[in-house]
Amino acid sequence: MSTTSVSVPAGERRIPLGVVRDTLEITRRNLIAYMRVPQLLIFSTVQPVIFVLLFRYAFGGAVKLPGFQYPYVDYLMPGIFVQTVVFGSIATAIGMATDLKSGLTERFRALPMSRSAVMAGRTLADLQRNVFVVILMMAVGFAVGWRVHTSVAGLVGGGLLVLLFGYAMSWVFAAVGLAVGDPESAQAASFPVLAPLVFASGAFVPVITMPGWLQAFANHQPVSAAATAVRALTAGGPTATVVWHSIAWDLGILIVFAPLTVRLYRRAV
Amino acid sequence: MSENAIVVDGLRKRFGSVAALDGIDLEVPPGAVFGLLGPNGAGKTTTVRVLATVLRPDGGRAEVLGHDVARDPTAVRRRIGLAGQAAAVDPNLTGRENLRMVGVLSQLPRAEVKRRAAELLERFDLTAAADRPLRTYSGGMRRRLDVAASLMSRPPILFLDEPTTGLDVANRGELWEMIRELVSEGTTVLLTTQYLEEADRLAARIAVVDGGKVIANDTPSRLKAQPGTTVIEMGISGDGRAERACGLLVGSLGSRVEREGQTLRITSDRGAQILIEVLRVLDGEGLEPDSLTVRQPSIDDAFLALTGRHAEQGAGRDLANQAAPARRTAVSR
Repeated sequence: MSTTSVSVPAGERRIPLGVVRDTLEITRRNLIAYMRVPQLLIFSTVQPVIFVLLFRYAFGGAVKLPGFQYPYVDYLMPGIFVQTVVFGSIATAIGMATDLKSGLTERFRALPMSRSAVMAGRTLADLQRNVFVVILMMAVGFAVGWRVHTSVAGLVGGGLLVLLFGYAMSWVFAAVGLAVGDPESAQAASFPVLAPLVFASGAFVPVITMPGWLQAFANHQPVSAAATAVRALTAGGPTATVVWHSIAWDLGILIVFAPLTVRLYRRAV
Repeated sequence: MSENAIVVDGLRKRFGSVAALDGIDLEVPPGAVFGLLGPNGAGKTTTVRVLATVLRPDGGRAEVLGHDVARDPTAVRRRIGLAGQAAAVDPNLTGRENLRMVGVLSQLPRAEVKRRAAELLERFDLTAAADRPLRTYSGGMRRRLDVAASLMSRPPILFLDEPTTGLDVANRGELWEMIRELVSEGTTVLLTTQYLEEADRLAARIAVVDGGKVIANDTPSRLKAQPGTTVIEMGISGDGRAERACGLLVGSLGSRVEREGQTLRITSDRGAQILIEVLRVLDGEGLEPDSLTVRQPSIDDAFLALTGRHAEQGAGRDLANQAAPARRTAVSR
């Protein structure tokens, strides 16, 4: 067939919206991995469920909540949602590093595709996974007595805020994965960064109960900002300032890390 | 078309203090297999990575079908396929899904992606396994899919980076056959390999790479003629006897004489005459050999003459080890 002659490279034909098409293809590919490798999804769901049960029933009784009028579970759940997406983002680092190590990244780089689609597709797939995980955690929360004291809009808004934060964290950990370049190291490198962010924060206990030097850190970091905003949206209280504070953190993280991640990708092999 | 498909001029690439490419020059004619032969770390894979626009060179110039790899990488990417140790496939996707992904990302229209994937699965004998995740594939199947993926966009230039490393003899033979078929359809193949036999069998031209430089660039037959037209190999056992024989021969022959343990290897252009001289010298000293072979030089001899070492210790032996049982099987049938 003369139409399939090798002298006419197929890629010369213009496909409209190539970036979108490339991104969706990479998203699809990563979502298939989540379906086919159940360990990935179990890792990101079972662990937060264990945290809910431990904090709700083992530690919850000992936590003092100055100025919080509802039971501890209502304080806890917003923190759990935020913690879930933060720890879930380790999977982004592991995924980027795995592709780098296996040589799949190399194949992508030799294809006439959009450079940023690899990261955009990965983070979009993680966003979709987070939608599933956050809804699941909300169900778990309701099962252990969590109640929303505001409105459906507050609940939905809180969910969206958690997802925005998780999306920003995906870009951070895509950068970590690319910088480290090896799945085991990516996991090892992620945890020491995440643990202080999650536990030295207002996610599980009020910051006011911490020593002064730690309060300074805990009050000025994105996990606290997100947990506080989601708590305001679901338990009540002044929302505007805390919500904007959290959104500002997320946008700041994206503005710094999206270009950094793309640059790391261009340099990585 | 007489113009070269790939032109490489003084290509340089450093990794830290190591010069992976130290001024590589190549001209790859179209429509044939061009072999890049060399040991691990010689710079073969780095050369392919630069040509496939995966790595940016530090210096020099490389053009693929007239497009500069550094200045117009997208034009290069539209014309190449990359397979082998450098490029991989997704183990969680099925064979068909992998081909689909590569097809879409190669900017093929959707209908064509589907048709081409089915066609390649058929051609590479993977139709039965097409809808199984790649994790369940054998090494040979995975490698076939890898090559199939690199062919999705019908690239006129195909880079195969050690495509048969780790494959058994049967799979290797199949892949060789496919490479010959592609070339007969007009594809230019740049093949890197540690296997002398592979380069010898497939390539119309071979560049021997060592230490980031091209140290020889010729047809296989002329490369084989380089060390001389005759190779004599002798085994001489006994304490220090091989060493003494080597000293005597070096002094009296004026040809290349190498010793490895109790084996002497003499390469010469003077054919049978040298054999008579060798035996005369040794007989005079009572150093008769236990074994003696006179043969045509192999590419391994050429490589040895060029670099002073065997191509990839183990790689050649590996091939022999894998070939031997297969031959035995053939006999017992």
